[in-house]
Amino acid sequence: MSAADLPAKSKGIRDTSLDDASLHRWLTSTWETKRGIIGALSAVDHKVIARRYLITAFVFLCLGGLNAVTMRLQLSGPERGLIGPDLYNQLFAVHGMTMMFLFAVPIVQATGIYLVPLMVGTRNIAFPRLNAFSYWIYLSGGLFLWVSFLLDMGPDIGWFAYVPLSGPEFSPGKRADVWAQTITYTEVSSLAVAVATIVTIFKQRAPGMSLNRMPLYVWAMLVTSFVVVFAMPAVMIASTFLILDRLVGTQIFNPAEGGDALLFQHLFWFFGHPEVYIIFLPATGMVSAIIVTFARRPAFGYLALVLSVIAVGILSFGLWVHHMFATGIAKVGASFFTASSMLIAIPNGLQIFCWVATLWGGRPKIGTPLLFVLGFFFIFVAGGLTGVMLASVPLDLQVHDTYFVVAHFHYVLIGGSVFPLMGAAYYWYPKLTGRMMSERMGRWHFWLAFIGFNAAFFPMHILGLWGMPRRVYTYPVDLGWGNINLFITGGALVLFFSFVLFTINLVWSARRGEPAGDNPWDAGTLEWATSSPPPSYNFARIPVVTHLEPLWAARAELPVAAGLRVDARELVISTVAEGHPDIREKSAAPSIWPLFAAIAVGATFLWSIFTPWAVVWGAPPIAIALIGWFWPKGEPEDE
Amino acid sequence: MKATGLHRAAALLPMIPLSGCTGIQSALDPKGPAASELAWLIWFFTGLCSLIWLAVMIVLIWGLSKRRGDRAEPLDIDEAGDRKATRVVTGAVAATVLMMIVLSLLSYFSNRTIAAIGGQNPVTIKLTGHQWWWEVRYESDQPRRTLTTANEIHIPAGEPVRVVLSSTDVIHSFWVPALHGKKDLIPGFDNELTLKADKPGVYRGQCAEFCGAQHAHMALMVVAEPREAFDGWYNAQLSNARQPETDEQRAGHDLFMNRPCIMCHKIQGTKAAANTGPDLTHLAGRQTIAAGTLHMSRGNLAAWIADPQSVKPGARMPTMNLSGDELNAVVAYLEHLK
Repeated sequence: MSAADLPAKSKGIRDTSLDDASLHRWLTSTWETKRGIIGALSAVDHKVIARRYLITAFVFLCLGGLNAVTMRLQLSGPERGLIGPDLYNQLFAVHGMTMMFLFAVPIVQATGIYLVPLMVGTRNIAFPRLNAFSYWIYLSGGLFLWVSFLLDMGPDIGWFAYVPLSGPEFSPGKRADVWAQTITYTEVSSLAVAVATIVTIFKQRAPGMSLNRMPLYVWAMLVTSFVVVFAMPAVMIASTFLILDRLVGTQIFNPAEGGDALLFQHLFWFFGHPEVYIIFLPATGMVSAIIVTFARRPAFGYLALVLSVIAVGILSFGLWVHHMFATGIAKVGASFFTASSMLIAIPNGLQIFCWVATLWGGRPKIGTPLLFVLGFFFIFVAGGLTGVMLASVPLDLQVHDTYFVVAHFHYVLIGGSVFPLMGAAYYWYPKLTGRMMSERMGRWHFWLAFIGFNAAFFPMHILGLWGMPRRVYTYPVDLGWGNINLFITGGALVLFFSFVLFTINLVWSARRGEPAGDNPWDAGTLEWATSSPPPSYNFARIPVVTHLEPLWAARAELPVAAGLRVDARELVISTVAEGHPDIREKSAAPSIWPLFAAIAVGATFLWSIFTPWAVVWGAPPIAIALIGWFWPKGEPEDE
Repeated sequence: MKATGLHRAAALLPMIPLSGCTGIQSALDPKGPAASELAWLIWFFTGLCSLIWLAVMIVLIWGLSKRRGDRAEPLDIDEAGDRKATRVVTGAVAATVLMMIVLSLLSYFSNRTIAAIGGQNPVTIKLTGHQWWWEVRYESDQPRRTLTTANEIHIPAGEPVRVVLSSTDVIHSFWVPALHGKKDLIPGFDNELTLKADKPGVYRGQCAEFCGAQHAHMALMVVAEPREAFDGWYNAQLSNARQPETDEQRAGHDLFMNRPCIMCHKIQGTKAAANTGPDLTHLAGRQTIAAGTLHMSRGNLAAWIADPQSVKPGARMPTMNLSGDELNAVVAYLEHLK
């Protein structure tokens, strides 16, 4: 066992002098989340918070799926009267918002909250209280949207809420305000997670994990978090301006008073396009992790993959205008955005080629996680190529806002993100629960999802070319779209059923699944170096990393570092590039204040759809909650 | 209708017999120079993208089915194999770059071709979007020859027609797939496009930007006719509305003028002169009612007037509470407005 150098001056009890059993006792008493309701509400353990996020996001996935099924039943035939335009318009708006803001972004971030600290070999995420706060804000945002929807107050302006339709004149009532504030809640929470993730990755990596030994998944989460930090403010500006127009009577988006309706679209898509990559990039990290483990070799072209992820993250900010070609953009500008949209195909293509090469150069064994990754290839590559079609200005003008686009982005988002997420669920489930998921049900799930998905979404390409626009609650008989729509509805039901099966598998396996052990897939990254599920302190001794795939490089025993206190929540803080251990720093203890802060902030957001005074009266409670949150406990800060 | 390749291919899918597909709103059934250019572009992109997709899948499946030696330690990498793979991947990336350049240039030139469609002194139409109908105004140097109608555009076949797009409420999008790609109607500034149909025919268009409750029922018809027929139509449209002839029509006329109808609609030559709703001067000459919601027929007209909110929930037209006789009279009058 080699011990890396850690600065050692303080008096507390250190892990150097303890045997394994007493080390476990000490660390457990220091790091464990307290029992009872107060303990649960004060939790700051990244694994506990991540589990809550994952379960909540999964519930929203099911709700969003139910929206979709209802819409598909209405569209299964022409002139069907199952639901009227008022409900239908709420359904597609709430479906889009739920899937984007309450499922896709939170679930990829939640996966990161769970996995990143384990993969970089630390004991908790950075800013654990902020992380806990983010969950409560996310939960209140989700409840806010769905309670509004159940009260017939759901947004009916799409997930994009273009002005003037969403402005005070054309959307009286509170529906558009619900849209605007749902955005505020969810963006605050995802910005908080992004910051915590970035700091965890930059400063809390295990000794020896230099940037070039960082798992690809961690790279993907790092880039994603930066994209969040730069993209989300744009949509918060859009939604805040909108609510100002509606509530305070500013005329920012009102052309009649010198405002600009198109400004909203620019702000929205400056966020909206990177948003797609916020959902997709973490999935590339999952694909890399699964492929490496199942191909049984390190990734082919690690550097190329890292650079691709970074390039995609940067380029994603340069192509938002391709959502707006029909608005009458000047020709030069349009050509520029055609080229920049095509450009992003290059790093994405490179990633695909590297993964295929990894499979070629490895000894792949097929398991459910890899099946979902293969499904990802099949679907995502098709979606990427239709994306190339949409990048072309003239071509886009025929298919924009038709079912062709609906097909395209479901291929990209479900193929590019949900399939990898499903693969990731089968892959990391044993780490979360200590049990394997049923492989047999997994294969059924895969094939049903794969067939259902393609049956539901492939024909939509054709429908779009035949002229069927998006966001219509019905269509006339004589355009001949009826049969193909019926077929699509059938596919959607199969897809929905596959998720029912997945849910059964999740629940069944939690009790009856085969015990997994620490490293059931014989994978190489650090999260598999600890028990399944991991203890509250993650690692009894902080691992020392000497290789990109540490568990493959050190078959006998992983080298560890020693010197941390066990009677206080101490972490190793390392240097950004080299991952040299630098200082020891305390990690925040559990606290109920993030919950109080979230309640104060959430109530202010909610109230602010009724009166601007909410901001004034909401400020003191928020200030009090923050004072409680940061109140010094009289302990010596850093040693 | 001419069945295109994709129509045929889709027909092979089980459970999708394509009976009744008229293609009057299909981008794959182009009837004008812009749409033809675009259809060609769509097929070219689709072909090329399908080939690439197929190539990636073949390499992937081939890679998976390759026979391999016994399981070794994961870190024992076949260096020579990886060097070969590096060359292949580099080649694939270079091919991607090349393809993106070709496709970018192709769409650039295609865009230019479409922008170049035009001509001298074209017929100019000012198209204004409303929730949820289209106001159509033919511009002319002579004020007496300007013309306002709704939800149906007549154009001379084979001639370019300039369409100026604007909106007075929310954003809409003008899209007649058989003739041209989309262009938005945005409050605050005007957009423009040139519409040209090669042959006479009727093409359906539909609002393509979500515009509120009845976005689904905001369609319009483009009727392309030979020049003489177009001129004839134009001159007929300039004339005042026909006078009621029968007693029933007269009763309908009086009802129209004394009920709220007159608050929103215009019938040229009568005292109905509002412009909140569609111009009804030659209503019965159009093919559809309520922006493509219903076919023009006596029964549909009666259904629409009797209860617009169940035909098009959310539409701006209120229910009038007419008795059976009153309804018949109003329908008789409107049906007379050819």
